[in-house]
Amino acid sequence: MPDKYHIKTRPVPPLGPRIGKHGVVDWREDCARCHNCVKKACVYDRYRQEAEYIRNLNVIEALYFDCMGCFSCVQDCTKGILCLTINPEYEKLGNRYWKPDIIKTTWLQAETAKIPVSGAGYRGPFSGQGFDAMWTDMSEIVRPTRDGIHGREYISTSVDIGRKPPFLALNGRKSTAALPPLVTIPMPLIVDLSSPAHTLPKLDPIIEQTAADTGIIAIMDSRYRPIQTEHLENIAFFLGPDSPAVPDELLKKTRLVEIADSPAVLKRINALKIIQPQIVVAVRVDLTAAGVNRAIELGALPEVEVIHLVADANGNELTTQTPRFLKDLIRQIHTALVEKGIRDEITLIAGGGIALPEHMAKAIICGADLVTINLPLLVALECHLCEQCRPGTPCPARLEKIDFNYGVGRMTNLIAAWHDQLIELMGAMGMREVRRLRGDVGRAMFFENLEEETFGKLYGKRKPA
Amino acid sequence: MANVNQLEAILPENTLKTRVPQEPVPRAVKPAPSRYRNEIAKYIVHRSPDCDLCGKCVEFCAYGVHARQPGFKYFGEPKHHLCIGPNCEKTDRYCVAHCPRGALQIQENPMFKVLGDFRWTADLILATWRMAESGDVPPEAYDFNYECGNSGGGFDRLRFKFPKQPPVKVRADEIDTSIVLNKRGDDRPKIKIDVPWYGGGMSFGSVSNVTQLSKARAAVAFNTFTCTGEGGYMERMRPYDDHVITQVATGLFGVREETIQRVPIIEFKYAQGAKPGLGGHLLGDKNTPAVARMREAVLGISLFSPFPFHSVYSIEDHAKHIEWVKHINRRALIATKVSTPTDVDMVAVGSYSAGTHIVHIDGGYGGTGAAPDIAKKNIAMPIEYAIGKVHNFLLAEGVRDKVTLIASGGIRTAHDIAKAIALGADGAVVGTSELVALGCVRCSRCESGRGCPRGIATTDIELSAKMDVEWGTQRLINLYSAWQKILIGILQRLGLRSISELRGRADLMMHLDYTNDAPA
Repeated sequence: MPDKYHIKTRPVPPLGPRIGKHGVVDWREDCARCHNCVKKACVYDRYRQEAEYIRNLNVIEALYFDCMGCFSCVQDCTKGILCLTINPEYEKLGNRYWKPDIIKTTWLQAETAKIPVSGAGYRGPFSGQGFDAMWTDMSEIVRPTRDGIHGREYISTSVDIGRKPPFLALNGRKSTAALPPLVTIPMPLIVDLSSPAHTLPKLDPIIEQTAADTGIIAIMDSRYRPIQTEHLENIAFFLGPDSPAVPDELLKKTRLVEIADSPAVLKRINALKIIQPQIVVAVRVDLTAAGVNRAIELGALPEVEVIHLVADANGNELTTQTPRFLKDLIRQIHTALVEKGIRDEITLIAGGGIALPEHMAKAIICGADLVTINLPLLVALECHLCEQCRPGTPCPARLEKIDFNYGVGRMTNLIAAWHDQLIELMGAMGMREVRRLRGDVGRAMFFENLEEETFGKLYGKRKPA
Repeated sequence: MANVNQLEAILPENTLKTRVPQEPVPRAVKPAPSRYRNEIAKYIVHRSPDCDLCGKCVEFCAYGVHARQPGFKYFGEPKHHLCIGPNCEKTDRYCVAHCPRGALQIQENPMFKVLGDFRWTADLILATWRMAESGDVPPEAYDFNYECGNSGGGFDRLRFKFPKQPPVKVRADEIDTSIVLNKRGDDRPKIKIDVPWYGGGMSFGSVSNVTQLSKARAAVAFNTFTCTGEGGYMERMRPYDDHVITQVATGLFGVREETIQRVPIIEFKYAQGAKPGLGGHLLGDKNTPAVARMREAVLGISLFSPFPFHSVYSIEDHAKHIEWVKHINRRALIATKVSTPTDVDMVAVGSYSAGTHIVHIDGGYGGTGAAPDIAKKNIAMPIEYAIGKVHNFLLAEGVRDKVTLIASGGIRTAHDIAKAIALGADGAVVGTSELVALGCVRCSRCESGRGCPRGIATTDIELSAKMDVEWGTQRLINLYSAWQKILIGILQRLGLRSISELRGRADLMMHLDYTNDAPA
């Protein structure tokens, strides 16, 4: 059994003001100065901490919003002058897909590396779009693997990237043919290129170090040069159509490289294999209207080892009027490759819209071998996703000023928390291998199927949304 | 070898020895007002300095919003929570219209949108509080939606198709809301509860002893049950033993032969809807000296109930467990609580074949003292799907009338209970609604530190003291009473004489997202 995969973490507090969901508005007028709220009502002692917090903060516009929203001070105020409100700063976070609660939970995980735990039941909508329209299964009575997170039972989250032979031809104990190269990483996650809107060169070394510390791989622009040569194992250069070439001596030390899809894709793969025969080449396929068919076509080519499917940042199909969601696109490609009998030979990486650890597990259930992320790592650095990353525009997260150790710590914490949550889901399912989760839609329940089985039979056809 | 007399002394027939005198609790509705100084209101009434204290508002308001103590010149703060808002405009008692100085103004309380969430809307929380205060359905004028939440699916999109006139006229006092919990036809008691629900398992540790006792006393009043959860069985609950279910869960915290022998129902908890497949987890902060003593554990450490029972890996193992408990307590019924995986129907039938009396399925959106957010949202199916699946499978297997099917996990209102029954359950287990009745605002902070700031789901001595048992009991009795009235109202409108006639009658409902034209 391999050593248990463990990511070393440490608490990394935020640099900027905490933006909580709730805030208490004190109308001040008519206050009886009874200090009920300060001394008695707030069990979290927030009123006392507030002054201290603001005093110690080095930014002047800071507002302290770490209220827990329990209404105790509001309801106990002698004069009834307190009012609980949703923090407008909180509501401004993110966008329609990257909702404020996603940003907030990512910040928490980046700070503590812990799995978010809360009391009371689930508070959200019954189901939703995209990944929210499916539930993962669990195993009742039989096949438990809960102990994975407590160390008594090992749940493997490692995945192999590369082409796998459909069968082994053996001569005695030896394979008759050379086995293709494989890259094994300890969790089904790699870091994708930053989106053009969020590119900040300062972050690249931080991403490199995080990838090295966590044992995963980061896809980097071909112009990037690592801070440490040893980290080349954790870097996959992206070679776009017009990218400058990566020096051969660097390429020889990497395990994975990614190229843009083009008609000359096979030629390019061959050229790379000449430089470094043990390198695994991924082909980046944009999930446009033609992307699904192109991915299926590439999957059938014996020279293609890995296909990286890329949707937009919100998980939608690119350049179409009525985009489909990443989960459905993965399922379609996966199923087509299964039907052709070649699914096991190729590695599918999916990216775009992976915002929460459950998305990672769900994308794998739908048929991806592993996923890519970029925005969650940016959010880990307290980014608000305000989309205003332009020179001269002040960044609320002050990304241009962050410290290297802070960045690595926050990103590492987030990846560790995601890993633990993947294990939670797999433990509940009774799975010991993330590789076996791939395409196992029997371990998931889809909204449309459950609705049809339950209510379709009783109440006719579902009305269009 | 021990002689026969000695053996008899430890045989299960002897379980009556563990009994203490049982304490009755009257089922009487009494006002149980909020324990907070300021109630959260839907509308706010502003009185400007233009007010000339004429008192016309007091005269006109039918709801007692404006109050002036006798002998006082000035008004007290308006009782905002009693105001029915702009609905009043249609009546001739609208204070704003009658104020000669135009000094009054009514607006929606901006705080209203902070309260609640998709599943428990602010309306639902306030309506539940109102029911717990008064024991009655909230007056129509307040326009509270107390039937469902706003989650956009499941119960929240199902509605009863009430005919204009009930097909049969049934008087309210003729309607039977009771259900039988033992349908196996074995030699165990045919326990009947007066309402089609009982209280969910909440351990001492996850909730305070005041909360546990209040739940137990309300269960006595309504001849139903409460459940200890997995955290030991407080001695103080013994006067209510006849209405207590004790839970045997994987951590076996506080489980002893004598606790099993005290009760009429024993529940095996295999999984919990909010964290299926993950087991229980009491964070170290809540493991206070009292909790540690009760659970026979070390103070201050996190307590895990591993998933699953490491002695149960098959239905045969489950049967062995049931046999063991049945032997220890020969009068007890067995309930088996499972969550809702895709094969929940198979699990239910298996559990029946192992000898359980009650199959309790706990859906994915159920309550919890602490659970990973990823589990609450993503693992296992919502209860709305599971009920029909299990009900139909039990029917097909020909055992539906041999087992009681209880649903939980996201059942918030009397309407939810009725809908669950119409989908195929016999009854329901409720938990969060009881906590809301006790003043919970669903801030989700039950899990850590000192626990619940409202003094409900906490073991902190100071916080637990925010509530007393009498008040807690009364709030729950009032809620139960209002729910029973609502259920009776639903049955009356449908022309049904008993709640068991509603079971499996999904045809009496419609779904707002469907064409509702499926052939019968």
